[in-house]
Amino acid sequence: MMLKKMIAVLSLMLFAVVVLAQGEVEAKKLPSVNIKTLDGQTFNTQNISNDGKPIILSFWALWCKPCKKEMDAYNENYEDWQDETGVKIYAVSIDDARSTAKVLPFVNGKAWDMEVLLDPNGDFKRAMNVNMIPHTFLIDGNGQIVYQHTSYYEGLEDEIFELVEKIAAGEDISKH
Amino acid sequence: MRKLLFIVSALLVFSTASYGQFADYLKKSEVHGSFEVDGMYYHADEAMGITDSIIDGRNFGFNGFASVTYSLGKFSAGMRYEAYLPPIAGFDPKLEGSGFPNLWASYNSEKLSFTVGNFYEQFGNGLIMRTYEEWTLGYDNSINGARVVITPVKGLILKGVYGTQRYFWSKYEKNNRGIVKGADIELNFNDAFQSMESSKLRLSLGASAVSKYQVDEDPIYKLPRNVASFAGRMNMGLGRVNFSTEYAYKINDPSAMNEYIYKPGQALIASISYSTRGFGAFAMFKRIDNMSYKSDRTVTSNALDISYLPAITEAHTYMLAAMYPYATQLNGEIGYQLQINYKVPKKSKLGGKYGMGISVNYSQVNDIVRTAPSDTTEIGVPGTLGYESDFFKFSDHVFYRDLNIEIDKKFSKKFKGTFTYIYQDFDIATIQGHTGEPMITSHIGIADITYKFTSKKALRAEIQGLFTDQDKGDWAAILLEYTISPHWFFSVADQYNYGNPIQSDQLHFYTGSFGYTHKTSRISVTYGRQREGVVCVGGVCRNVPASSGFYVTLSSSF
Repeated sequence: MMLKKMIAVLSLMLFAVVVLAQGEVEAKKLPSVNIKTLDGQTFNTQNISNDGKPIILSFWALWCKPCKKEMDAYNENYEDWQDETGVKIYAVSIDDARSTAKVLPFVNGKAWDMEVLLDPNGDFKRAMNVNMIPHTFLIDGNGQIVYQHTSYYEGLEDEIFELVEKIAAGEDISKH
Repeated sequence: MRKLLFIVSALLVFSTASYGQFADYLKKSEVHGSFEVDGMYYHADEAMGITDSIIDGRNFGFNGFASVTYSLGKFSAGMRYEAYLPPIAGFDPKLEGSGFPNLWASYNSEKLSFTVGNFYEQFGNGLIMRTYEEWTLGYDNSINGARVVITPVKGLILKGVYGTQRYFWSKYEKNNRGIVKGADIELNFNDAFQSMESSKLRLSLGASAVSKYQVDEDPIYKLPRNVASFAGRMNMGLGRVNFSTEYAYKINDPSAMNEYIYKPGQALIASISYSTRGFGAFAMFKRIDNMSYKSDRTVTSNALDISYLPAITEAHTYMLAAMYPYATQLNGEIGYQLQINYKVPKKSKLGGKYGMGISVNYSQVNDIVRTAPSDTTEIGVPGTLGYESDFFKFSDHVFYRDLNIEIDKKFSKKFKGTFTYIYQDFDIATIQGHTGEPMITSHIGIADITYKFTSKKALRAEIQGLFTDQDKGDWAAILLEYTISPHWFFSVADQYNYGNPIQSDQLHFYTGSFGYTHKTSRISVTYGRQREGVVCVGGVCRNVPASSGFYVTLSSSF
């Protein structure tokens, strides 16, 4: 019991110190986690990149209706967005073994053009502290996470794209 | 005491590193975390049969967690706090309590990763090893022990795990449950062999072995103390075709789940898909025979699972479509699933300006065929081999059948909809243990329509009907949801059991809710009635009892 308390107190302290220190550097980098590509190959999340241009990284699943709406909305605008900002979209499915094999034919059937990855045991999801989906991250040209948002309501895509435009123009949106 | 600790550790930290170094470390350090609290306030609702004496003064339910991860370069550590005071209705009462069920530290480099403490792991599809955590179900079977992952050359991954599984708040003590160990190897050919780097053929193979040790204290049977299981898998992609399969075998493992028969267990899943831009076809086969695999052979509840054997049927999420969810029958089932996704192109006659999506899914699960193990032994007698079974034979006993057809179409910039028809057969006697009740055959229709007023404001309506002659009869449901992006939602819903053969049970289950989201923080408040039902995520389901009252949930991450 004593040990537990000590650990708790020490961790909280460490936590407080680091949070204070982070005042200067708010942004954060992507963790290194092995997940899968749609054809079953291993993919390390540090390979998520876009040549110094912005990235949208979104967690979704086949069983999540708002997630699929969000992806549909992104996909509809993807060509225009790419022309204007060079943005690249990564859609990470957290479907587990029940439906991982269905993701590839679904994504193709929908004619989605984004990069789709599989996180069947939620390892990347946990490393990114994603509680509920959809959960979307914006990453700037230096690989720093500068914005995140959970849930999707109609029209969120406009808001997201405004932010992507700002990132592409080199503006700091971390205070947004 | 806390003050003292604080001073001591602060001194330690400052004396071991010069300030410059320390500041440098801090800059490289990252702390992330997330938390959620779900609170429920119950009140009596006599129409639903919930009286004050049933609530018995326990008007509140509270589930909460917070997890924090610290990382510095290749090192990271984390902890997770949970509290269920008491757990919300429908969660396992054994969860009541609070504490730190999850503490871990790990080192990660390109070739080696090492974790001690609690961790989550999956070998292949999870047929013989998957530990995971699902907050909405109160499920966590994490292993407390050690894990090592080695990548000696690109494309080759070796894993080893050792430890004991979480069982609610009960600490591991000698012989109170089993010890689990496992190893896995996976070879990704396209990464490992340069000659295959740009090959059209994408190939990966994997194999795993898992064993659990549990002392034999059974007064009647001589039980295996070490139960081993093995699995092999393959994933192959060639152009538009993708094929994936895994087979698992488990030695005899008499347990409370299989009523102490000595038959070995088997599982096979295989799926193939063909897809091209705008079209996807998918077929899957699955057979499970006596594959419950837990680190305590006496446990029958949703806990201590080593294997993960999810249902292969479509996971429905609409209110009425989720009324009768299928759950895998671990002692034996055989089934298949077929799916087609097609996008009718834009500017075609049927597709209109925006195109139209069509998706058809059919799944069926039957019992396996069992025959007596010998002339003198009947089927399923404890202490015997139990039965024999022809591998590819379907029994006439259907557990579940589901045909669903979904069409989604955007009519204009402002107006779009999704329309669903579902046919379902549900063997409630087997799946939910309602012995003697007939198969439920239902037809379900759903229209889900969204109208966008402005670029940020939208109204969504769901109109649903479920029609059946069995169980509780017909249902109708309506939901209206108004959203203002990116922050607000407001919704009202009602499910009306107008066809219940018992007139006094023809109830309305109404709810009203609203929520606010800012970045990653979200709060939502719901008031109303929750009908009795089953919530399933992945392979696990939990029963949700009927309740009435307020429900608040607050979550955030950073």
